[in-house]
Amino acid sequence: MNSIGEDCNELKKQYDACFNSWFSEGFLKGQTDDSGCAPIFRVYQECVKRAMREQKIELREVGSEYCTGSEYDNANHSGGKTQPKPKS
Amino acid sequence: MVVAASTCRTETVFDYSWMNVVIAYWNRYPNPSSAHVLTEDTIQREVRDGKLFSRRLLSKTNPVPKWGARFYNNVPVKIVEDSVLDPVKKTFTTFTRNLGMTKIMKVDEIVIYTEQKDGSTLAVRRAYISSQVFGFSRAIRAFGIERFKANGNKASNGFNYVLRRMFPDSLVGGGHHQHAVTTTSSAGELAVATTTVSTTNGNHNNPGTLKSAAKVGYEFFKSHASKIAQLFSVKN
Repeated sequence: MNSIGEDCNELKKQYDACFNSWFSEGFLKGQTDDSGCAPIFRVYQECVKRAMREQKIELREVGSEYCTGSEYDNANHSGGKTQPKPKS
Repeated sequence: MVVAASTCRTETVFDYSWMNVVIAYWNRYPNPSSAHVLTEDTIQREVRDGKLFSRRLLSKTNPVPKWGARFYNNVPVKIVEDSVLDPVKKTFTTFTRNLGMTKIMKVDEIVIYTEQKDGSTLAVRRAYISSQVFGFSRAIRAFGIERFKANGNKASNGFNYVLRRMFPDSLVGGGHHQHAVTTTSSAGELAVATTTVSTTNGNHNNPGTLKSAAKVGYEFFKSHASKIAQLFSVKN
């Protein structure tokens, strides 16, 4: 799958491989420390953020907090509205 | 300003364990049903309180034909997906919404994946669709919310394709099945007013203009709503 930034494809591939490995072998087995992929993630992020700036993709509409659509949950259960702010 | 909205709810059962489903989720693209998905990126991710929070950016091609091009910019649509994954409770919630083109159609989708008693995975999908184009809700009623439902009812072929490939020996039941439980409520037009579909003379008091704009809006959505909904949805 391609990245939004053409020159980020290789970095994305490396990050995805690292993440998939940590996710299935680590995270799902109780290891919540995700620092193993942090270095490649950082480099990949810089590339993607740069591509987003170049393409003028802004996230103002969605805000910086993770959102799971809790505004639609009023009728149902209490969705947790407060989510941690994502690390940039 | 006219805002028309409708909702749609579908349930899908994947005959794979919740763990396999969430592992496959991050690998669902590309797949044979995802030709319109152009790019996929993780733009934020962290673990907090043992849960995985992710934000991803997807872009999809815009299938609307050339004649409709005067109503919008013909660029790929960007979709932002936030998700929370709880490995202890085995719940995974995704929330997707499109950036841009929101006046034409805004599609917010929430999908919650949970483990069932028999080991399979239930995905409950709620879509909230709204549009500021006059004639939208009329078009929906014309071919029925069935079309949106059909898009949801259509087997999650793409995702299942990936699941089959990644976990060929791991079917919990005998394949996936899907039953639609839709509680759709078409809110309809809230007020009759101007339309955001631009017309050549821009005189909104002219009933002829409104009528022709409404007709355009209606025709536009009648033929393309299911395609547009699919565009904005990351169902496959």
